Amino acid sequence: MRARNFSAAVAYALPGFALAAGESKYGLQTPQSIVAHQIYDLHTIALAICIVIGVVVFGAMFYSIVRHRRSVGHQAKQFHGSTPVEVTWTVIPVLIVVGMAFPATRTVIAMKDTSGPDMTIKVTGYQWLWRYDYLGDDVSFYSQLSTGWSQIENQASKGQNYLLEVDHPLVVPVGKKVRLLFTANDVIHSWWVPALGVKQDAIPGFVRDSWFKVDTPGEYRGQCAELCGKEHGFMPVVVQALPEPQYATWLAEQHAKNVAAATAASAAAEKIYTLAELESEGEKVYARNCAACHQANGLGVPGAFPPIAHGPIATGPIAAHVDIVLNGSKKNPAMAAWKNQLSDMDLAAVITYQRNAFGNSLGDLIQPAQIAADRH
Amino acid sequence: MQTQTGIRRWLTSTNHKDIGTLYLCFSFAMFIVGGVMALAIRAELFQPGLQLVRPEFFNELTTMHGLIMVFAAIMPAMVGFANWQIPLMIGAGDMAFPRLNNFSFWLLPVAAILLVTSFFVPGGAAATGWTLYPPLSTQMGPGMDLAIFAIHILGVSSVIGAINIVATILNLRAPGMTLMKMPLFVWTWLLTGYLLIAVMPVLAGAVTMVLTDRHFGTHFFNAAGGGDPVMFQHIFWFFGHPEVYILILPAFGIISEVIPTFARKPLFGYRSMVFASCAIALVSFCVWAHHMFAVGLPVGAQLFFMYATLLVAVPTGVKVFNWVATMWEGSLTFEAPMLFAVGFIFVFTVGGFTGVILALAPVDIQVQDTYYVVGHFHYTMVAGSLFALFAGTYYWLPKWTGHMYDEKLARWHFWLSMIFFNMTFFPMHFLGLAGMPRRIPDYPLQFAQFNMLSSIGAFGFGLLQLLFLYIVIRAIRGGAKVEPKVWDGAKGLEWTVPSPAPHHTFETPPVVS
Amino acid sequence: MSASTHSAHRTLLLKFGVVAVLMFGFGYLLVPFYDQICKTAGLRDIDRADEIRSGGIDRARTVRVELDANVNRLPWRFRSETPIVNVHPGELVTLVYDVENTADRPVTGQAIPSYGPPHAAAYFRKIECFCFTQQAFAAHEKRQLPVAFVVDPGLPKDIATLTLSYTFFEVEGNNR
Repeated sequence: MRARNFSAAVAYALPGFALAAGESKYGLQTPQSIVAHQIYDLHTIALAICIVIGVVVFGAMFYSIVRHRRSVGHQAKQFHGSTPVEVTWTVIPVLIVVGMAFPATRTVIAMKDTSGPDMTIKVTGYQWLWRYDYLGDDVSFYSQLSTGWSQIENQASKGQNYLLEVDHPLVVPVGKKVRLLFTANDVIHSWWVPALGVKQDAIPGFVRDSWFKVDTPGEYRGQCAELCGKEHGFMPVVVQALPEPQYATWLAEQHAKNVAAATAASAAAEKIYTLAELESEGEKVYARNCAACHQANGLGVPGAFPPIAHGPIATGPIAAHVDIVLNGSKKNPAMAAWKNQLSDMDLAAVITYQRNAFGNSLGDLIQPAQIAADRH
Repeated sequence: MQTQTGIRRWLTSTNHKDIGTLYLCFSFAMFIVGGVMALAIRAELFQPGLQLVRPEFFNELTTMHGLIMVFAAIMPAMVGFANWQIPLMIGAGDMAFPRLNNFSFWLLPVAAILLVTSFFVPGGAAATGWTLYPPLSTQMGPGMDLAIFAIHILGVSSVIGAINIVATILNLRAPGMTLMKMPLFVWTWLLTGYLLIAVMPVLAGAVTMVLTDRHFGTHFFNAAGGGDPVMFQHIFWFFGHPEVYILILPAFGIISEVIPTFARKPLFGYRSMVFASCAIALVSFCVWAHHMFAVGLPVGAQLFFMYATLLVAVPTGVKVFNWVATMWEGSLTFEAPMLFAVGFIFVFTVGGFTGVILALAPVDIQVQDTYYVVGHFHYTMVAGSLFALFAGTYYWLPKWTGHMYDEKLARWHFWLSMIFFNMTFFPMHFLGLAGMPRRIPDYPLQFAQFNMLSSIGAFGFGLLQLLFLYIVIRAIRGGAKVEPKVWDGAKGLEWTVPSPAPHHTFETPPVVS
Repeated sequence: MSASTHSAHRTLLLKFGVVAVLMFGFGYLLVPFYDQICKTAGLRDIDRADEIRSGGIDRARTVRVELDANVNRLPWRFRSETPIVNVHPGELVTLVYDVENTADRPVTGQAIPSYGPPHAAAYFRKIECFCFTQQAFAAHEKRQLPVAFVVDPGLPKDIATLTLSYTFFEVEGNNR
């Protein structure tokens, strides 16, 4: 068993080479925006300068180690110091760092210049997902990790974009200046896409802006870059850059979806679902949203996350169960309010599932129409 | 005066040698505790997927590993060296405030107990990273309050200890020993003492503000009440940046003692080394926001802090040049202290280079909060501070114990440390550049190879330190007897007293020419 | 130890002890210091009402103003009636935010403003706003909260898009 786990580990390590699809594992990712290009070049120059200085200094040191040893009979020369030498090797480094500061200054100013954007998207960091609002376009959605927890818990094999895939990527047009407005809902998060050269902290109660312009169509992946709680490592960012015509099509589709969702919501509000339908849908919703804390087996984590199996809320009055799922827990902020993220159908299904799975078997059904009513 | 024995001696001693020993033993014990946490972290990161610990516990481990290593391992070890060596090097009979000295030490185990027990309270230990940023730290359970109390206690210990050290250096130097004749180790501790007195209270203020935000209705860092979470970062790093120089300046001092001895020539550019150390201490107050380049500072601030950070690299570089110039045209031998000192120059300088690269704000924005930064500070703090502590231990252990340590085993310790240290931390630079964030218990597949390598190195490096413990214990118990002047190239007052140094030395101060 | 050494030690202990205490106070002093710097740099001043500087309306220039609305763990619906407006600097603009308390209990909230880009805050002169004043809402109450502002004609030429963002936080302790 141990040998097999070890070779499984090695098996993950080796294909890592191929999986990175041409990306070097040793350096910054291939830059895909002007700013990312500038950062890449700046790093290359700085690294080259450091290597040259290192070769000179370590060269002198190793030369000395070899030639100036007592074991080869070398006598020590008792000099104390030399002011000209000190001045020289103070002035030269100052000139070098001043030299490096020039291109760096240009890039700092460029990174801060969010003027004249073609569009603005508001990015809100949540524990533990992102929300995107296209200002002026009435398109908004949540973007959540779509890698299943069965992969994370080593029960299923890991896909190629393990931990770097989401259900709804941020879609943007190529070649347009996209301004991003960042804020957060709870703690500080940080939105980061290495290929685009953007990293900006998302701070609750504040907006900060940044920008990018993508050179080439493609999918660009990043992760949250500020410790924000237990799932900090599980809230990736995916940006999908489409050529303009395709972006326009996507946007139109989103508008159509808005209309359709509104209609479907009102339709769902009327439809009556069977227990089996609700449970089967609820199982999927549970796996995607609840299992992270309450565990796939519904037993929770003692001292941290209460169990659903035979748990007091899941087997208690329906109204309290619905309230805590919709509005979160005042006592325990780790239990978030789900009513904004999940649809009436999702909420009804997952609450039904929780009351009937894990041995709870209460036989309760909650219809989407009930949830819709409970929202108000 | 009779020396007491047994527990009473160690509890009540006001002797600088005893207290130095207590600090060193405590720091090594905490080094093991923090090291075990590091191994747990690296064990989880050995492969992608969650195998051993839950994400929330992983965050507790990273937080406590950082707090323990910084405050309970490295800092007390440096103070241990200060206690043993400063009175011996300046010809003083003891520290300025012997009883305060005892008190400073015994605060530490109390703080350590608070930190360790915080794992067992509801909600577990603080899980915010050692930097404790709100609003996340406001969300934490009682483990955070325990950590805050521990930090207060550690701070009081550090400040009292620093006042003691500064008073000792300023008032108790032997007649004839002017400031510009002091050993460089004493100079670096003088500056470190000033830094500690200046910035530890600021940290105390910052964590007190977090405490009152958590429990007493203040809103320093809570936007809802008109506060600003970013302000915590400013206050914390105003402490935090000088703190890293507090961790490294005494290390620079140790290296500056070791190299001249084994090169058999004086330290090159003593005055320049003093000025460079002063410059580093002063400029360290002006660079704090380079830890905050991704927060959204105004352009002017980004530029100022970038320039100041690039500038502080210069005096550090000057020190490296001076050490190499000390070796140059020397008559070098490579006993264990010298091996670690030369190793220090090599690997600390690598850390210095990544620091210069990080100073460039645009590059920093790409690699902030990634493993590149983790690599950088482990190169400077482990290859830096820790290797200097190893060098100093091998250098002065014969003076403290009267016995020579096992040179052959010590060489094994050095070479294996170099190999495993680089195996653990060099790949982290690649991981950070390629896009791996820090403080995550699981990672995308392209990072698997280097994480596995790093974890193997970590286990090697960690287990290896048991060899160091063995070498030290054996030297305490026995070994070849040594002369007062243990090393033929050694200069300084500590080499004029017998080995082992008697319990009381320099009861009458010597006269220094 | 001689008496003079003893007193030299005491002096230093006292001096450095005072320094340590002062530095603890310095940490707290950084709080108003930080606020002052932000105000002076025009980065953030959240509770002062602005005076209008008389001057003309710059009809040659149009600035796009985005009205952003957030709630932080509050059971409220909060959005601007007009998410985007195009205004002339110097022109008085009045608009409203729709706010609804969707909970079954009374809730009091307080809005905190923020600006993008941050240094544009100094050029956003709010004549009337609901920021930083407590707003008490009964259960299911709906209201419109007005904002009246003028974009200062001194706004740097390279800023053509401004964002005014409000985040509503709950004011604790009032309603259980």
